Amino acid sequence: MTENPVEIRWHGRGGQGAKTACLLLADAAFSSGKYVQGFPEYGPERMGAPVTAYNRISDTRCTVHSNIYGPDYVIVVDETLLASVDVTHGLSEQGAIVVNTSRSPEEIRPLLNGYAGQVCTIDARRISEETLGKNFPNTPMLAAAVKVSGVVAPERFIADMEASFQHKFAHKPQVIAGNMDALTKSMQEVRFG
Amino acid sequence: MAKRDRLSGNEAVAYAMRQIDPDVMGAFPITPSTEIPQYFAQYVADGLVHTEYVTVESEHSSMSTCIGAEAAGARAVTATSSCGLALMWELLYVAASYRLPVTLACVNRALTGPININNDHSDSMGARDTGWIQIYAENNQEAYDNYLQAMPIGENPAVRLPVMVCQDGFITSHAVENIELCEDAEVKAFVGEYHPEHYLLKHENPLAVGPYGISPYYMEAKVGQAEAMKAAKQAILDVGRRFGEMTGRSYGFFEAYRLEDAELAVVLIGSSAGTARACVDALREQGRKAGMLKLRVFRPFPFEEIAAALSHCKAIAILDKCESFSAAGGPLGAEVRAALYGCKERPIAVNYVYGLGGRDFRVEDCETIFHALEECAATGETGAPYRHIGQRG
Repeated sequence: MTENPVEIRWHGRGGQGAKTACLLLADAAFSSGKYVQGFPEYGPERMGAPVTAYNRISDTRCTVHSNIYGPDYVIVVDETLLASVDVTHGLSEQGAIVVNTSRSPEEIRPLLNGYAGQVCTIDARRISEETLGKNFPNTPMLAAAVKVSGVVAPERFIADMEASFQHKFAHKPQVIAGNMDALTKSMQEVRFG
Repeated sequence: MAKRDRLSGNEAVAYAMRQIDPDVMGAFPITPSTEIPQYFAQYVADGLVHTEYVTVESEHSSMSTCIGAEAAGARAVTATSSCGLALMWELLYVAASYRLPVTLACVNRALTGPININNDHSDSMGARDTGWIQIYAENNQEAYDNYLQAMPIGENPAVRLPVMVCQDGFITSHAVENIELCEDAEVKAFVGEYHPEHYLLKHENPLAVGPYGISPYYMEAKVGQAEAMKAAKQAILDVGRRFGEMTGRSYGFFEAYRLEDAELAVVLIGSSAGTARACVDALREQGRKAGMLKLRVFRPFPFEEIAAALSHCKAIAILDKCESFSAAGGPLGAEVRAALYGCKERPIAVNYVYGLGGRDFRVEDCETIFHALEECAATGETGAPYRHIGQRG
């Protein structure tokens, strides 16, 4: 490897779509010409249990196939995980953590075991409820992950995602506009601490 | 023209199956191979293939379906993992001894117990003596490429053996990565049509399948299988070269990575080879002569070729992703050591068992192994020849 990949770790709960968001991020990065890995860590999964998923994104193919222990970015899809999972473990202090919460980065920082890097928050639940009518936090979390990590240019990301949604939801086009609103709103509303 | 895409290992194999459009699929789900028949069922439902998709009640039956179809002269495929492969056991021998080139996508998973859905090679390594050709992949690209080569190898008249195309469960099967795909027409031309010389329903010369083999005949049948496995070596090389002419990606029995002048080397199979590659690169940057041999073909076992590739090293570590409970090491360790026995000069060899039931194999683990090899090379002492790495305590 001539350069290190950007490594991202997702924490969510079974059923929230952390794995799907991870694979969508791989899709978006692929569409912008990157080499990607998107993979979940599987165990005895059930609704509500903590799940982890990973991305590596780079300009040359990354051949390492282990889990990620020193991520550049951590995305927390469910803030209740902060009480039970050491989400900042190994997280680079030059990187950032993005938490789905209505609270501010200043309120979240004390819950992060002394993590000194950047703390970002996004109210993905509210955005999802406003744009999609239900709590599907993964779409806004995906947009926040792109905004904070910068692995894909925002304009490119929005254009690619629209094409992707048109393909994915060809049989129910009524949900496309809501998903696009969720993405753009999330990118505007991410709070950097 | 190659098409660039991003697919998981399971998606890649299902895509290859669609391009080949086999006559029959015996379909039964088991984690982590379930997505292969699942995605393929969509192709069937969409009318993109002409395959007779047979849903059965067990893996014993899915392999039986393939055997029946192949005996009738059709091209048959299936996919399975772990205890699914174990339930096929009896039929694996039947397929091989009847000389039926079934293609089986094996998504490697640990065997019970304790029950576990994650990756190691216990399932296919346990089947190593069933008479199947076994080809292993490092990533989604190789899973796809190997699958496209399976039928031209297995159906070769000098071979006529079933082929197991293996990839690591979850690590490869469920990881989305970049991949280059061939055009459908290229695949059709490369794989060709299957026209067996003998089959059950050939009216001018019908074939008896599954007769009793009394002692005056049984051994001849077995020697025939053994000769076919020897002949498979040339077929594997020819098909790997021809695949390279089509795609630019050539394949042999193994990949020798920075091995030519290596003093220390690891020998391993599957996705961990990518991780070892990163470790070898890092050590090379420090000026240390590290290398890797990634085995692709375990059956037939490339005995002489492996010996020639490794004999110049000072110390090697053979990594088995399964336990054989021999109290002396794993199957790859035993065979690589045996291959080196005929060499006048041979390296110190240690055998590690690692990665059982999805235990992660990190670049740091590989570094630990290379450090141990440095110690072996410096002292000339093998130390414990059979070790485990990655376990707690």
